[in-house]
Amino acid sequence: MAKLKSYTVSAYTENNIGLLNRISAIFQRRHINIESINSSISEIDGVSRFTIVVYVSEVQIKKIIGQIEKQVEVIKAYYHTDEETVYQESCLFKIKSDLLFEHDGIQNIIIESNSKIVTVTKDFFVLEKSGNKEEIELLYKKLSPFGIMQFVRSGRIAVTKEEMKITEMLAAFNN
Amino acid sequence: MNFNSVSMETQTIVSEKKSVYNNAERISGSEAVIRCLLAEGVDILYGYPGGAIMPVYDELFKYQNKLQHVLTRHEQGAIHAAQGYARISGKVGVAMATSGPGATNLITGIADAQIDSTPVVCITGQVSSHLLGSDAFQETDIVGISTPVTKWNHQITKASEIPEVLAKAFYIAKSGRPGPVLIDITKDAQFEEFDFIYNKCEGIRSYNPAPSIDVKAIQNAAVLINNAKKPLIVWGQGVILGQAEDQLKEIVEKTGIPAAWTILGASALPTKHPLNVGMVGMHGNYAPNILTNECDLLIAIGMRFDDRVTGSLDTYAKQAKVIHFEIDPAEVDKNVKTDIAVLGDAKDSLLQLTPLLEKNSHDNWHQRFKDLYAIELEKVIAGDLFPEKEGLSMGEVIREINQQSKGSAAIVSDVGQHQMVACRYSEFNQTKSNITSGGLGTMGFALPAAIGAKMAAPHREVVAIIGDGGYQMTIQELGTIFQHKVPVKIVVLNNDFLGMVRQWQQLFFDKRYASTEMANPDFVSIAKGYYIDAKRVVKREELANAVAEMMASKDAYFLEVCVEKEDNVFPMIQSGASVSEIRLC
Repeated sequence: MAKLKSYTVSAYTENNIGLLNRISAIFQRRHINIESINSSISEIDGVSRFTIVVYVSEVQIKKIIGQIEKQVEVIKAYYHTDEETVYQESCLFKIKSDLLFEHDGIQNIIIESNSKIVTVTKDFFVLEKSGNKEEIELLYKKLSPFGIMQFVRSGRIAVTKEEMKITEMLAAFNN
Repeated sequence: MNFNSVSMETQTIVSEKKSVYNNAERISGSEAVIRCLLAEGVDILYGYPGGAIMPVYDELFKYQNKLQHVLTRHEQGAIHAAQGYARISGKVGVAMATSGPGATNLITGIADAQIDSTPVVCITGQVSSHLLGSDAFQETDIVGISTPVTKWNHQITKASEIPEVLAKAFYIAKSGRPGPVLIDITKDAQFEEFDFIYNKCEGIRSYNPAPSIDVKAIQNAAVLINNAKKPLIVWGQGVILGQAEDQLKEIVEKTGIPAAWTILGASALPTKHPLNVGMVGMHGNYAPNILTNECDLLIAIGMRFDDRVTGSLDTYAKQAKVIHFEIDPAEVDKNVKTDIAVLGDAKDSLLQLTPLLEKNSHDNWHQRFKDLYAIELEKVIAGDLFPEKEGLSMGEVIREINQQSKGSAAIVSDVGQHQMVACRYSEFNQTKSNITSGGLGTMGFALPAAIGAKMAAPHREVVAIIGDGGYQMTIQELGTIFQHKVPVKIVVLNNDFLGMVRQWQQLFFDKRYASTEMANPDFVSIAKGYYIDAKRVVKREELANAVAEMMASKDAYFLEVCVEKEDNVFPMIQSGASVSEIRLC
């Protein structure tokens, strides 16, 4: 059995309806679960970027990249290991405001975890934390005993240490 | 160069040449659809009308002198006919259907076209844009449904998108590794009027149809080929799609390398060419399968190492170096690890390769193929083509057709035993002559595909070879043949069984024939019911005359041949076995 690893797929694409479906179908037909998926604008005007995390073997990820890149509206796709990327996830905690004043512990947790209070109302406050999955999980564990009203975590976003030559590719097309 | 990005985010390059429709004219979306088809050189399309596509049909009525619409009896018939049209002509086939069930009925054919790289454009009607997502009558998310089985698809909700999107559709379907494209057009977009200008698409920035050829890879390939002692070429449909038949022939003749073909590659090199060593794969020829595991160099050209070709990958050509000529980078190393991948168009690659190759003949190596062929001839082929038992064999029917057509017929086969026999024994002396459902194995393919093939190439003899099972999956297309007077020849090899499944049941399921025996209708009466001349053959002595009568017919003709019920197709590589474990009985 080939060694499974977490890989981050970065796909530069056109911003068209249905492309998300087309890309996710590539994983579905291979019976691969997507750990997280994020789509956003990229550094290039008019070009979108998908960041997809999957837990597969290198042989599999290579073939998947081939299939993704084959899609008409995909400009280029890459895969990287965790070591080859700088990545973050972001999360939000909604917590009762009373707790902020009743428990010193919470204030310490906020400071120690390097998280940020986004907003405070009479009833609740919202705490934001960016970091890797483990840091966020740790914070979740620490806040749990106090009662979390709502929690949400984003998919991974990642930039790669290596250069991606999309701009050159697009320039070549334009000439 | 001119950029166009009216309606979509995707940047495309459009033709600089002024098209015939360059001066904007105010027309409806549905008329624009027809104008686009004409601008793309479409002369025939296949389809079935319905509510959501009616505005386009109304325009078809007005343009019927310029564009022939063929009314099939089911949308699956329309898509298979479009595939047959594309496969024999190399042009893009077009199928049209309404929303909902009309669109979903296309799906099998679209999936077939996707896996067999057939260029087709499907146009489906859709409910009006304000009704999208409301579960309106005959609404279905056909873009969602067709996504995994199309090369590209798109939904149009505004008439102004039609020219750009259809231009892209044809460009994508035809370029690079061809495939099916589906364009879904809401009914309001068909009615809407706009200023129509048509420009052909000549490029899309996110899409590189054919990678540019790496000269170094060609040079490295040439070195391996020149040094090989026991090289074997296996070519696939890429040679036909890339119009590289002449280049393949030149290379084969210059180097003397034995060349074998996949089912979809058949006919790219004439069957009787002395260096053509036959078909690879599950029911392919003995020699090329056995020797795949003896060659020192495997040269794959425009083929994708399907599991029906390779058998067990763990034991496939492990001793050989592998060169893969391939237009689709995703195919490289997908199934078989290659030593040298030459990416790019097959024709360009082979053109660059030929001058670097040394003349050779590989006589001793050829002798191995001849020796193994002799074994297959004695153990399998003789009995198939010249059976001594009472019942008719499928092989002798093909032999008779070969003889009478002199190898000039296009053979359209369905799926199953008859297909393997047709592909093994049909003689082809020109390319694009073997039209069959390879990758998907779609029963019901042949009859409608033969309609499309005959209409695209009216000067050619088109013979559909079909089993009694598959025939009944699209038998209603006899109506299309009758109504549109398509002079296609239909041969049903009737063994009253789903023969291939029965063969597997016999070999691997202890002869438990679960649901494979067919109680069949009177096929001759059915054909005659559609006013098609028909005959049934049950005895050997009737066969030659019946085939002669069929071939002489100027009209459609149906011939049922009742063959031996429980014949098996050999040789055979058992599923999961090695190519060298091919069995002769």
